[in-house]
Amino acid sequence: MTRSAGLPRWLYLPAAVGAIFVVLPLVAVAVKVDWSQFWTLITSRSSVTALELSMKTAAISTAMCIVLGVPMALVLARNDSRWVRWTRPLILLPLVLPPVVGGIALLYAFGRLGLLGRYLDAAGIQIAFTTTAVVLAQTFVSLPFLVIAIEGAARTAGADYDVVAATLGARPTTVWWRVSLPLLAPGLASGAVLAFARSLGEFGATLTFAGSREGVTRTLPLEIYLQRESDADAAVALSLLLVVVAAVVVIGVGSRALKPGGSGGW
Amino acid sequence: MKRTQSIIGAISAALLVMLTGCGSDSATTSSSTSTPAGGTLTVYAAASLKQTFTDVGEQFKTDNPGWKVDFTFAGSSDLVTQLTQGAKGDVFASADTKNMDKAATAGLLAGDPVNFASNTLAIVVAPGNPKQVTSFADLNKPGLTVVVCAPQVPCGSATEKVEQSTKVTLNPVSEESSVTDVLNKVTTGQADAGLVYVTDALGAGDKVAKVDFPEAAAAVNTYPIGVLKTAADAAAAHKFVDLVTGEAGQKILSQAGFAKP
Repeated sequence: MTRSAGLPRWLYLPAAVGAIFVVLPLVAVAVKVDWSQFWTLITSRSSVTALELSMKTAAISTAMCIVLGVPMALVLARNDSRWVRWTRPLILLPLVLPPVVGGIALLYAFGRLGLLGRYLDAAGIQIAFTTTAVVLAQTFVSLPFLVIAIEGAARTAGADYDVVAATLGARPTTVWWRVSLPLLAPGLASGAVLAFARSLGEFGATLTFAGSREGVTRTLPLEIYLQRESDADAAVALSLLLVVVAAVVVIGVGSRALKPGGSGGW
Repeated sequence: MKRTQSIIGAISAALLVMLTGCGSDSATTSSSTSTPAGGTLTVYAAASLKQTFTDVGEQFKTDNPGWKVDFTFAGSSDLVTQLTQGAKGDVFASADTKNMDKAATAGLLAGDPVNFASNTLAIVVAPGNPKQVTSFADLNKPGLTVVVCAPQVPCGSATEKVEQSTKVTLNPVSEESSVTDVLNKVTTGQADAGLVYVTDALGAGDKVAKVDFPEAAAAVNTYPIGVLKTAADAAAAHKFVDLVTGEAGQKILSQAGFAKP
């Protein structure tokens, strides 16, 4: 209560509506679950396979997001050239792009007849219908989340410490590992959690670009979509499983990092 | 104390707002009116009927001046879910008898449904058939990427039936959740061949080549249509069903590749 002392009281009304709006559908899923069958439904072979695939691909996608996204974010935060300023909205575009559109775009880039895909295909590298396609789709949609989180953290931290380290004789790479990166740790944690959660839930781009085959490309969201056709109870049980997994990730790993201020200014 | 009270008040007010919000929303979706001179007929139809039923709807408007037809096209099982969850409509046309049975069991239908069309599977390949697929067994050629529907959806269960009757087990690279996804994988060149309905193959025009195979007869998909209990004007709904099962409707359907039920 002390922290919200200055807030006007009427503010609680829209805040409560918002909270209920977010929580109510999740409660509805939990209510709808056939609890007597829950364990059987989520431990079926296809469910376990889909969950494993989801965890594996989301982890790889998050790693790729970190490897590519951290340097991207730093360039965006520290380089004010016109070229970088113009690239920024393009890089963040997948944030607002419907995932299906992302899938179609990926298809025409990396698909068998795609811009780059035709050369890969000629070289004997097949991406379509493989787990690689799932990882590409997840990385494509998650990368901007990580970039925007770290860019915010980098802008808040500023370049002062880096400059001081440099004037004390540290080389750019040393400054990067010893000063810049540790300062970004909270932003990196929250960005990685967001990217992982987004990858875990990725559906549209995967369906359009990667296909759906058990153990190869059928992640948990695709399994839910398919189960819904024949077995609504299984779909509901799997939905709850996905909610729980995402909640564990966000609350367990991310609650500290996602605290206001912890992630920097975004 | 006062603060807690105001918070409780705020939450209950919020719930009220949400409830009334839901109420007004469902009021706008029930669009059928009961004016005898005309109105709007709401038809829930399987996605594979989009082209033909849009044409049938135009015919209905010509035959019955003053009437409008609103369509909701989606997967049959999605439609049944929407209807059981309280969506209001006049007519429901399913792509298989299984989902119509579900609707009947849920007590959604007024009277018995009628079968009005049937559909069989066909192989689709790239134009010109570069991989020379000529039979169902050819789908197992080494190096051929084949995409089919998942067994959970109607086109996939039809595929399974054909596999059982031919004793040819396919090794698809992907099992899609809808027939349009299968078709897209072939039209975009991701896959060499796919199994879709004859009507989907014809609907794709020259973007694909169609290869018919005799074993498709093992899995004939029957399309039933029925009047819903929620129909505001049952006479108009029956008129629409009669149009579909009548000469004009059957002509439109057969032009799209549908067979008689």
